[in-house]
Amino acid sequence: MPEEFWRWTESRWTSPEIDWRAGKIISAGVDVGSVSTQAVVMVDGKLYCYSNMRTGSSSPDSANKAMAWALEGTGLEIANLHYTVGTGYGRVNVPFSQRAITEIACHARGANFMYGPSVRTVLDMGGQDCKAIRCDEKGKVMNFRMNDKCAAGTGRGMEVFADLLSLPITQVGELSLDVDVEPPPVSSTCVVFAKSEATGLLRKGWPKNKVLAAYCSAMAHRIATLLEQIGIEKEFAITGGIAKNIGVVQRLEKEIGIKALKPELDTQIAGAIGAALFAKALAEKEKKG
Amino acid sequence: MKASYGYTDGSGGYYIIVDTEQCTACGLCVQACRWGVMEVGEDEHDPLSDRLVAKVSEAHRKKIKYSCAQCKPASKQIIPPCISSCAPKAIEHSW
Repeated sequence: MPEEFWRWTESRWTSPEIDWRAGKIISAGVDVGSVSTQAVVMVDGKLYCYSNMRTGSSSPDSANKAMAWALEGTGLEIANLHYTVGTGYGRVNVPFSQRAITEIACHARGANFMYGPSVRTVLDMGGQDCKAIRCDEKGKVMNFRMNDKCAAGTGRGMEVFADLLSLPITQVGELSLDVDVEPPPVSSTCVVFAKSEATGLLRKGWPKNKVLAAYCSAMAHRIATLLEQIGIEKEFAITGGIAKNIGVVQRLEKEIGIKALKPELDTQIAGAIGAALFAKALAEKEKKG
Repeated sequence: MKASYGYTDGSGGYYIIVDTEQCTACGLCVQACRWGVMEVGEDEHDPLSDRLVAKVSEAHRKKIKYSCAQCKPASKQIIPPCISSCAPKAIEHSW
Protein backbone atom coordinates (compact mmCIF):
# COMPACT_ATOMS: atom_id res chain seq x y z
CA MET A 1 0.00 0.00 0.00
CA PRO A 2 1.35 3.47 -0.81
CA GLU A 3 2.16 5.72 2.10
CA GLU A 4 -0.66 7.97 3.24
CA PHE A 5 1.03 11.26 3.96
CA TRP A 6 -2.11 12.96 5.26
CA ARG A 7 -2.56 10.40 8.01
CA TRP A 8 -1.97 11.67 11.55
CA THR A 9 -1.54 9.57 14.67
CA GLU A 10 -4.70 8.43 16.36
CA SER A 11 -4.44 8.25 20.14
CA ARG A 12 -6.14 7.28 23.37
CA TRP A 13 -5.39 8.00 27.02
CA THR A 14 -6.67 7.02 30.48
CA SER A 15 -5.97 8.88 33.69
CA PRO A 16 -4.05 6.64 36.08
CA GLU A 17 -5.28 8.58 39.13
CA ILE A 18 -9.04 8.41 38.80
CA ASP A 19 -11.28 5.51 39.72
CA TRP A 20 -14.58 5.97 37.91
CA ARG A 21 -16.38 3.69 40.38
CA ALA A 22 -15.91 6.33 43.06
CA GLY A 23 -17.33 9.11 40.86
CA LYS A 24 -20.77 10.64 41.30
CA ILE A 25 -21.33 11.88 37.78
CA ILE A 26 -19.80 10.22 34.74
CA SER A 27 -20.32 12.48 31.77
CA ALA A 28 -19.20 12.07 28.18
CA GLY A 29 -18.72 14.21 25.10
CA VAL A 30 -18.38 13.02 21.53
CA ASP A 31 -17.16 15.42 18.87
CA VAL A 32 -17.85 13.97 15.44
CA GLY A 33 -16.01 16.32 13.11
CA SER A 34 -15.67 16.24 9.36
CA VAL A 35 -12.16 14.81 9.57
CA SER A 36 -11.66 13.53 13.13
CA THR A 37 -13.81 12.15 15.93
CA GLN A 38 -13.05 12.43 19.63
CA ALA A 39 -14.70 10.82 22.63
CA VAL A 40 -14.04 12.15 26.13
CA VAL A 41 -15.23 10.74 29.45
CA MET A 42 -15.14 12.83 32.61
CA VAL A 43 -15.62 11.75 36.18
CA ASP A 44 -17.04 14.58 38.32
CA GLY A 45 -15.69 17.14 35.88
CA LYS A 46 -12.16 15.66 35.76
CA LEU A 47 -10.72 14.26 32.57
CA TYR A 48 -10.78 10.47 32.83
CA CYS A 49 -10.15 9.09 29.36
CA TYR A 50 -10.29 10.06 25.71
CA SER A 51 -9.76 8.83 22.20
CA ASN A 52 -9.01 10.71 19.02
CA MET A 53 -9.45 9.04 15.66
CA ARG A 54 -10.39 9.62 12.08
CA THR A 55 -14.07 10.02 11.14
CA GLY A 56 -15.38 7.34 8.81
CA SER A 57 -18.14 7.63 6.26
CA SER A 58 -20.84 7.10 8.87
CA SER A 59 -21.23 9.44 11.84
CA PRO A 60 -22.98 6.91 14.15
CA ASP A 61 -20.27 4.31 13.46
CA SER A 62 -17.50 6.86 14.07
CA ALA A 63 -19.09 7.92 17.36
CA ASN A 64 -19.50 4.30 18.48
CA LYS A 65 -15.95 3.39 17.50
CA ALA A 66 -14.39 6.43 19.19
CA MET A 67 -16.33 5.82 22.41
CA ALA A 68 -15.50 2.09 22.39
CA TRP A 69 -11.80 2.94 22.02
CA ALA A 70 -11.92 5.56 24.77
CA LEU A 71 -13.55 3.08 27.15
CA GLU A 72 -11.17 0.24 26.22
CA GLY A 73 -9.58 -1.31 29.29
CA THR A 74 -11.36 1.00 31.75
CA GLY A 75 -14.17 -1.38 32.67
CA LEU A 76 -16.64 1.39 31.86
CA GLU A 77 -19.47 0.75 29.45
CA ILE A 78 -21.73 3.12 27.55
CA ALA A 79 -24.54 2.08 29.92
CA ASN A 80 -22.53 3.54 32.83
CA LEU A 81 -22.44 7.02 31.33
CA HIS A 82 -24.93 9.29 33.06
CA TYR A 83 -25.15 11.87 30.33
CA THR A 84 -23.62 12.18 26.87
CA VAL A 85 -23.52 15.23 24.65
CA GLY A 86 -22.74 15.12 20.94
CA THR A 87 -21.06 17.98 19.10
CA GLY A 88 -19.42 18.75 15.75
CA TYR A 89 -20.72 18.16 12.24
CA GLY A 90 -22.22 14.80 13.11
CA ARG A 91 -23.63 15.90 16.48
CA VAL A 92 -27.20 14.81 15.72
CA ASN A 93 -25.96 11.36 14.73
CA VAL A 94 -24.40 10.22 18.00
CA PRO A 95 -26.57 7.17 18.85
CA PHE A 96 -26.00 7.10 22.62
CA SER A 97 -26.17 10.85 23.28
CA GLN A 98 -28.97 12.66 25.09
CA ARG A 99 -28.36 16.06 23.57
CA ALA A 100 -26.55 17.81 20.71
CA ILE A 101 -24.75 21.11 21.31
CA THR A 102 -22.99 23.29 18.72
CA GLU A 103 -19.22 23.04 18.48
CA ILE A 104 -18.92 26.78 19.06
CA ALA A 105 -20.32 26.50 22.58
CA CYS A 106 -18.30 23.31 23.21
CA HIS A 107 -14.96 24.68 22.00
CA ALA A 108 -15.29 27.82 24.12
CA ARG A 109 -16.12 25.68 27.16
CA GLY A 110 -13.37 23.18 26.34
CA ALA A 111 -10.72 25.89 25.87
CA ASN A 112 -11.75 27.38 29.22
CA PHE A 113 -11.04 23.98 30.82
CA MET A 114 -7.81 23.28 28.93
CA TYR A 115 -6.18 26.71 29.12
CA GLY A 116 -7.83 28.19 32.20
CA PRO A 117 -10.38 30.97 32.78
CA SER A 118 -8.11 33.73 31.45
CA VAL A 119 -8.82 32.70 27.85
CA ARG A 120 -10.87 35.34 26.03
CA THR A 121 -10.32 34.48 22.39
CA VAL A 122 -10.51 30.95 21.05
CA LEU A 123 -9.67 29.93 17.55
CA ASP A 124 -10.86 26.53 16.51
CA MET A 125 -9.19 25.31 13.38
CA GLY A 126 -10.96 22.19 12.37
CA GLY A 127 -10.98 19.85 9.44
CA GLN A 128 -13.45 21.72 7.34
CA ASP A 129 -14.17 25.06 8.92
CA CYS A 130 -12.70 27.68 11.12
CA LYS A 131 -14.26 29.51 14.05
CA ALA A 132 -13.15 32.56 15.95
CA ILE A 133 -14.85 32.76 19.35
CA ARG A 134 -14.80 35.37 22.11
CA CYS A 135 -15.75 34.06 25.53
CA ASP A 136 -15.96 35.16 29.16
CA GLU A 137 -14.19 33.73 32.22
CA LYS A 138 -16.72 30.90 32.45
CA GLY A 139 -16.18 29.82 28.86
CA LYS A 140 -19.53 31.22 27.78
CA VAL A 141 -19.65 32.43 24.17
CA MET A 142 -19.81 36.23 23.82
CA ASN A 143 -19.28 36.63 20.11
CA PHE A 144 -18.23 34.38 17.29
CA ARG A 145 -17.50 34.24 13.60
CA MET A 146 -17.45 31.07 11.63
CA ASN A 147 -16.26 30.44 8.15
CA ASP A 148 -18.07 27.33 7.11
CA LYS A 149 -18.55 28.04 3.44
CA CYS A 150 -15.66 25.87 2.30
CA ALA A 151 -12.56 24.00 3.40
CA ALA A 152 -10.18 26.87 2.60
CA GLY A 153 -7.71 27.50 5.38
CA THR A 154 -8.43 24.33 7.32
CA GLY A 155 -7.01 20.99 8.28
CA ARG A 156 -8.29 19.14 5.27
CA GLY A 157 -6.56 21.65 3.00
CA MET A 158 -3.29 20.96 4.81
CA GLU A 159 -3.81 17.21 4.36
CA VAL A 160 -4.27 17.73 0.63
CA PHE A 161 -0.96 19.63 0.53
CA ALA A 162 0.87 16.98 2.54
CA ASP A 163 -0.33 14.42 0.05
CA LEU A 164 0.62 16.53 -2.96
CA LEU A 165 4.13 17.10 -1.66
CA SER A 166 4.57 13.56 -0.27
CA LEU A 167 5.48 14.90 3.18
CA PRO A 168 4.01 13.54 6.44
CA ILE A 169 1.30 15.87 7.79
CA THR A 170 2.98 15.99 11.20
CA GLN A 171 6.10 17.54 9.68
CA VAL A 172 4.71 20.07 7.21
CA GLY A 173 4.54 22.88 9.78
CA GLU A 174 8.18 22.62 10.71
CA LEU A 175 9.35 22.17 7.12
CA SER A 176 7.45 25.28 6.05
CA LEU A 177 9.57 27.36 8.44
CA ASP A 178 12.75 26.22 6.72
CA VAL A 179 12.85 29.07 4.17
CA ASP A 180 15.26 32.00 3.94
CA VAL A 181 12.77 34.45 2.51
CA GLU A 182 9.04 34.19 3.04
CA PRO A 183 7.45 33.54 -0.39
CA PRO A 184 4.23 35.34 -1.42
CA PRO A 185 1.19 33.43 -0.14
CA VAL A 186 -0.79 31.07 -2.36
CA SER A 187 -3.50 33.31 -3.80
CA SER A 188 -6.33 30.83 -4.39
CA THR A 189 -8.84 30.45 -1.58
CA CYS A 190 -10.28 27.18 -2.81
CA VAL A 191 -8.26 24.11 -1.82
CA VAL A 192 -8.67 22.54 -5.24
CA PHE A 193 -7.44 25.70 -6.99
CA ALA A 194 -4.68 26.17 -4.41
CA LYS A 195 -3.48 22.66 -5.19
CA SER A 196 -3.34 23.49 -8.91
CA GLU A 197 -1.46 26.67 -8.07
CA ALA A 198 1.03 24.68 -5.97
CA THR A 199 1.51 22.17 -8.79
CA GLY A 200 2.41 25.11 -11.00
CA LEU A 201 4.90 26.40 -8.44
CA LEU A 202 6.55 22.98 -8.21
CA ARG A 203 6.79 22.89 -11.98
CA LYS A 204 8.53 26.26 -11.83
CA GLY A 205 11.17 24.64 -9.64
CA TRP A 206 10.10 25.81 -6.18
CA PRO A 207 11.33 23.48 -3.43
CA LYS A 208 8.65 21.71 -1.38
CA ASN A 209 9.19 23.73 1.78
CA LYS A 210 8.81 27.00 -0.11
CA VAL A 211 5.46 25.82 -1.47
CA LEU A 212 4.45 24.82 2.05
CA ALA A 213 5.53 28.21 3.37
CA ALA A 214 3.35 29.90 0.75
CA TYR A 215 0.35 27.77 1.76
CA CYS A 216 0.88 28.14 5.52
CA SER A 217 1.15 31.90 5.25
CA ALA A 218 -1.98 32.09 3.08
CA MET A 219 -3.81 30.09 5.75
CA ALA A 220 -2.47 32.21 8.60
CA HIS A 221 -3.53 35.38 6.80
CA ARG A 222 -7.05 34.10 6.18
CA ILE A 223 -7.45 33.13 9.83
CA ALA A 224 -6.07 36.49 11.01
CA THR A 225 -8.77 38.27 8.98
CA LEU A 226 -11.45 36.14 10.62
CA LEU A 227 -10.03 36.89 14.07
CA GLU A 228 -9.85 40.61 13.41
CA GLN A 229 -13.57 40.65 12.65
CA ILE A 230 -14.41 39.78 16.25
CA GLY A 231 -11.41 41.53 17.79
CA ILE A 232 -8.63 39.65 19.54
CA GLU A 233 -8.35 39.95 23.29
CA LYS A 234 -5.73 38.21 25.44
CA GLU A 235 -5.39 35.38 26.41
CA PHE A 236 -5.54 33.70 23.04
CA ALA A 237 -5.82 29.94 22.56
CA ILE A 238 -5.99 27.70 19.54
CA THR A 239 -7.89 24.41 19.45
CA GLY A 240 -8.30 21.81 16.74
CA GLY A 241 -5.82 19.94 14.60
CA ILE A 242 -4.07 22.93 12.97
CA ALA A 243 -2.95 24.09 16.43
CA LYS A 244 -0.33 21.35 16.04
CA ASN A 245 1.01 22.93 12.85
CA ILE A 246 3.80 25.21 14.00
CA GLY A 247 4.15 26.75 10.54
CA VAL A 248 0.63 28.17 10.62
CA VAL A 249 0.66 29.02 14.35
CA GLN A 250 3.93 30.99 14.22
CA ARG A 251 2.90 32.94 11.15
CA LEU A 252 -0.48 33.71 12.72
CA GLU A 253 1.13 34.87 15.97
CA LYS A 254 3.40 37.15 13.98
CA GLU A 255 0.51 38.61 12.00
CA ILE A 256 -1.79 39.34 14.96
CA GLY A 257 1.06 40.19 17.36
CA ILE A 258 -0.21 37.93 20.13
CA LYS A 259 1.28 34.63 21.27
CA ALA A 260 -1.06 31.68 21.63
CA LEU A 261 -1.14 29.80 24.93
CA LYS A 262 0.84 26.56 24.95
CA PRO A 263 -1.42 23.53 25.19
CA GLU A 264 -0.89 20.77 27.75
CA LEU A 265 -3.55 18.49 26.34
CA ASP A 266 -4.26 17.29 22.81
CA THR A 267 -5.78 20.35 21.09
CA GLN A 268 -8.08 18.16 19.03
CA ILE A 269 -10.13 17.04 22.06
CA ALA A 270 -11.22 20.57 23.12
CA GLY A 271 -14.69 20.24 21.60
CA ALA A 272 -15.33 16.85 23.18
CA ILE A 273 -14.10 18.16 26.56
CA GLY A 274 -16.57 21.05 26.31
CA ALA A 275 -19.34 18.62 25.41
CA ALA A 276 -18.51 16.42 28.42
CA LEU A 277 -18.56 19.47 30.71
CA PHE A 278 -21.96 20.49 29.36
CA ALA A 279 -23.09 16.88 29.85
CA LYS A 280 -22.12 17.12 33.52
CA ALA A 281 -24.02 20.40 33.96
CA LEU A 282 -27.06 18.98 32.19
CA ALA A 283 -26.98 15.79 34.28
CA GLU A 284 -26.92 17.91 37.45
CA LYS A 285 -29.79 20.01 36.13
CA GLU A 286 -31.80 16.86 35.44
CA LYS A 287 -31.14 15.50 38.92
CA LYS A 288 -32.43 18.65 40.51
CA GLY A 289 -35.46 18.29 38.29
CA MET B 1 -23.82 37.40 23.12
CA LYS B 2 -23.43 38.58 19.56
CA ALA B 3 -24.29 35.63 17.39
CA SER B 4 -23.15 35.95 13.79
CA TYR B 5 -24.71 33.73 11.18
CA GLY B 6 -23.28 33.62 7.70
CA TYR B 7 -19.98 33.25 5.93
CA THR B 8 -17.18 34.94 4.07
CA ASP B 9 -16.61 34.07 0.45
CA GLY B 10 -14.50 35.53 -2.36
CA SER B 11 -16.85 38.51 -2.73
CA GLY B 12 -16.99 39.56 0.93
CA GLY B 13 -18.42 38.76 4.34
CA TYR B 14 -22.13 38.14 4.77
CA TYR B 15 -23.34 37.91 8.35
CA ILE B 16 -26.58 38.59 10.18
CA ILE B 17 -25.68 39.44 13.75
CA VAL B 18 -28.19 38.94 16.54
CA ASP B 19 -27.48 40.46 19.94
CA THR B 20 -28.99 37.85 22.21
CA GLU B 21 -28.82 40.14 25.26
CA GLN B 22 -31.15 42.59 23.52
CA CYS B 23 -33.40 40.06 21.76
CA THR B 24 -36.76 39.49 23.46
CA ALA B 25 -37.77 36.60 21.18
CA CYS B 26 -40.91 38.54 20.22
CA GLY B 27 -40.86 36.98 16.76
CA LEU B 28 -41.57 40.15 14.80
CA CYS B 29 -38.49 39.64 12.62
CA VAL B 30 -39.77 36.16 11.75
CA GLN B 31 -43.05 37.67 10.54
CA ALA B 32 -41.28 40.52 8.76
CA CYS B 33 -39.03 38.27 6.68
CA ARG B 34 -40.88 36.92 3.65
CA TRP B 35 -38.07 34.56 2.82
CA GLY B 36 -38.07 32.60 6.05
CA VAL B 37 -34.53 33.56 7.00
CA MET B 38 -35.28 34.32 10.65
CA GLU B 39 -36.65 31.96 13.28
CA VAL B 40 -37.05 31.88 17.05
CA GLY B 41 -35.69 28.96 19.00
CA GLU B 42 -33.39 27.87 21.79
CA ASP B 43 -30.02 29.59 22.08
CA GLU B 44 -27.69 27.06 20.45
CA HIS B 45 -24.57 28.67 21.80
CA ASP B 46 -25.71 28.90 25.41
CA PRO B 47 -27.08 25.39 26.00
CA LEU B 48 -27.60 25.82 29.73
CA SER B 49 -30.04 28.72 29.43
CA ASP B 50 -33.73 28.14 28.75
CA ARG B 51 -34.22 31.47 26.97
CA LEU B 52 -35.50 31.64 23.42
CA VAL B 53 -33.76 33.90 20.90
CA ALA B 54 -34.08 34.94 17.26
CA LYS B 55 -31.62 33.32 14.87
CA VAL B 56 -31.02 32.62 11.21
CA SER B 57 -32.59 29.34 10.15
CA GLU B 58 -30.20 26.52 9.34
CA ALA B 59 -31.38 26.34 5.71
CA HIS B 60 -30.29 29.92 4.99
CA ARG B 61 -26.99 30.16 6.87
CA LYS B 62 -24.82 29.25 3.93
CA LYS B 63 -26.66 31.37 1.36
CA ILE B 64 -27.80 34.55 3.07
CA LYS B 65 -26.11 36.69 0.43
CA TYR B 66 -28.78 35.36 -1.94
CA SER B 67 -31.62 34.90 0.57
CA CYS B 68 -31.34 38.53 1.66
CA ALA B 69 -30.63 39.99 -1.78
CA GLN B 70 -34.31 40.89 -2.38
CA CYS B 71 -34.27 43.22 0.61
CA LYS B 72 -30.95 44.79 -0.32
CA PRO B 73 -31.21 46.36 -3.78
CA ALA B 74 -27.93 47.70 -5.11
CA SER B 75 -29.66 50.82 -6.49
CA LYS B 76 -30.61 52.31 -3.13
CA GLN B 77 -30.03 51.69 0.55
CA ILE B 78 -33.12 50.54 2.43
CA ILE B 79 -33.41 49.20 5.93
CA PRO B 80 -34.32 45.51 5.64
CA PRO B 81 -37.63 44.55 7.30
CA CYS B 82 -35.95 42.26 9.85
CA ILE B 83 -33.94 45.20 11.18
CA SER B 84 -36.77 47.75 11.07
CA SER B 85 -39.19 45.37 12.79
CA CYS B 86 -36.84 44.82 15.72
CA ALA B 87 -37.81 47.17 18.56
CA PRO B 88 -34.79 46.46 20.80
CA LYS B 89 -32.44 46.89 17.79
CA ALA B 90 -30.94 43.46 18.24
CA ILE B 91 -30.37 42.68 14.55
CA GLU B 92 -27.53 43.91 12.38
CA HIS B 93 -26.27 43.06 8.91
CA SER B 94 -22.55 43.08 8.20
CA TRP B 95 -22.90 44.04 4.55
